[in-house]
Amino acid sequence: MTLPEGVAYREFDGAERLATRGTPAYGEPVVDGWRVWDAGRSKLGAMFDAGIDTGLSGSDGVLYLGAANGTTASHVADFARVVYAVEFAARPMDDLLDAAAARETLVPLLNDARQPDTYAHVVENGLDAVVQDVATRGQAQVALANRQFLADDGRLVAALKARSEDVTREPGAIFGDALAELREGYEVLDTRRLDPRHDDHLAVVARPR
Amino acid sequence: MSEGWFAGVEPDDPEAGAAAIRDGRADAPADWPGLAVEAGFADDSREYYARLRAAAIEAARTAAAERERADDRQAIHAVRAMDDAERTANELAERVAEWSASRYGESGTDVEYCRELVRRADAGGVAAEGPDASATAPTADGTPPTADGALAGLAARVVELDAEADRLRAFVEHTAGAVAPNLAALAGPVLGARLLALAGSLESLAKKPSGTIQVLGAEEALFAHLRGAAPSPKHGVVYTHEYVRSTRPEERGSAARALAGKLAIAARIDYYAGDRRPALERELDERIARIQARGDGSGGGTGATDGPESNGNDEGDGDDSGDRPADGRPPGDG
Ligand SMILES: C[S@@+](CC[C@H](N)C(=O)[O-])C[C@H]1O[C@@H](n2cnc3c(N)ncnc32)[C@H](O)[C@@H]1O
Repeated sequence: MTLPEGVAYREFDGAERLATRGTPAYGEPVVDGWRVWDAGRSKLGAMFDAGIDTGLSGSDGVLYLGAANGTTASHVADFARVVYAVEFAARPMDDLLDAAAARETLVPLLNDARQPDTYAHVVENGLDAVVQDVATRGQAQVALANRQFLADDGRLVAALKARSEDVTREPGAIFGDALAELREGYEVLDTRRLDPRHDDHLAVVARPR
Repeated sequence: MSEGWFAGVEPDDPEAGAAAIRDGRADAPADWPGLAVEAGFADDSREYYARLRAAAIEAARTAAAERERADDRQAIHAVRAMDDAERTANELAERVAEWSASRYGESGTDVEYCRELVRRADAGGVAAEGPDASATAPTADGTPPTADGALAGLAARVVELDAEADRLRAFVEHTAGAVAPNLAALAGPVLGARLLALAGSLESLAKKPSGTIQVLGAEEALFAHLRGAAPSPKHGVVYTHEYVRSTRPEERGSAARALAGKLAIAARIDYYAGDRRPALERELDERIARIQARGDGSGGGTGATDGPESNGNDEGDGDDSGDRPADGRPPGDG
């Protein structure tokens, strides 16, 4: 697996850790301008750490769904050409705006990822990747609704959270249903459980079909 | 085909751009950077992204601030509901007390007594007198419930209503802290929410002079007074703040004035800026400490809470004037 250009393992306190180059955003350690990408706090970071081939590369155009306070989106913005960061909660916006203020590549959007028509006049088509971490019910639907932003050979890189769909059902069954739904619009290339770092989360890499 | 956010927007007007981002929509995305350059909105894609980002930051900032402000309505409804629930629980508790005194010859006037009745009923009517559990069960054959059953049922409602008031309080605390973090930090979230309710909104509270804030709720405080939460209905709700209650009666007017002054500043910061200013709390602490240390060396008795009431919330207090930004501006240090 190759890491995107701009993402690398660097030494922090004697340990090799995933890192990107940019202004720190959440109090993470910085050495020589590289800041730790904490895989315990970032599902995408955990995917890289697990060796999953996300298909992401440096200077990608990315639509990030569920940006929250920008922990992960800020790292993506460190290596991408542009990151459209969609988050529908007002509360984390202050932090996301701080992350955006320090990065020319980060475009914050206060929108609902289930309603792409409310940002389709802003987000360009032909993007290289949709990164999704929305932790809401109907995650497969969100991915399908946002497929229109992807280039034909673009990638969906999603972290599906079982508990957001149904707290009573078995995660395995939930993931099965979600993948079946996803296949209506995507070819699933790889899946991986992110336990124990992120319990009951399934990483999914897919491309439009 | 739909248009991009930049259609009809002057390139160097991020506010117009922000409005277009917030209000616009499109059926499908397009190559917006390419189209924008073609339309002359930007010289190249680099310039396009810079303009897009500036407008998007402005749009997200204003939209988030508006959304959070709209939450003041939620805090207001919730604090009113909480007061209603508490008041109703207390009224019903008195009814229960009266009724049970007539039946069991014992007294107890509050929610705690209702809880006790429910416990006894649950335990199956342990005491010789007292409601019994079997009586609280709905009668299957439709015969009317017994007096014991009705009484125990009413007591159970009081306990539930009181628990509901607690849940509402938790919601108020959360919401007030999010909507008006500085106000909530200085006043306490519940008093902060009450001030929002009395003013009608965060905006209108932010526009009130501190003298008005000091007397907000003078009539409404009657209910709080009846519950023992306020010294007197002739004072505003700021008098329920522990800083005022723990001040000697003669100095309470000064403490209330100093508090109202800082609350006015806090409300303005919450409304216009929105960031936390911990310095405000320190300043208030110092003001109150100075006021409480005045007159006697002992620093104002905490036992003063139950003392006679100060009868003037407008008594002279020369050195407080600096905390009274009647013109709506923070005092010199702010
Ligand atoms: C688990 S958090 C994301 C954490 C973030 N990706 C990171 O690693 O830094 C999920 C976020 O998705 C947001 N979210 C949930 N449903 C959404 C929706 N329909 N549209 C946009 N954001 C949504 C939530 O508000 C929350 O901030």
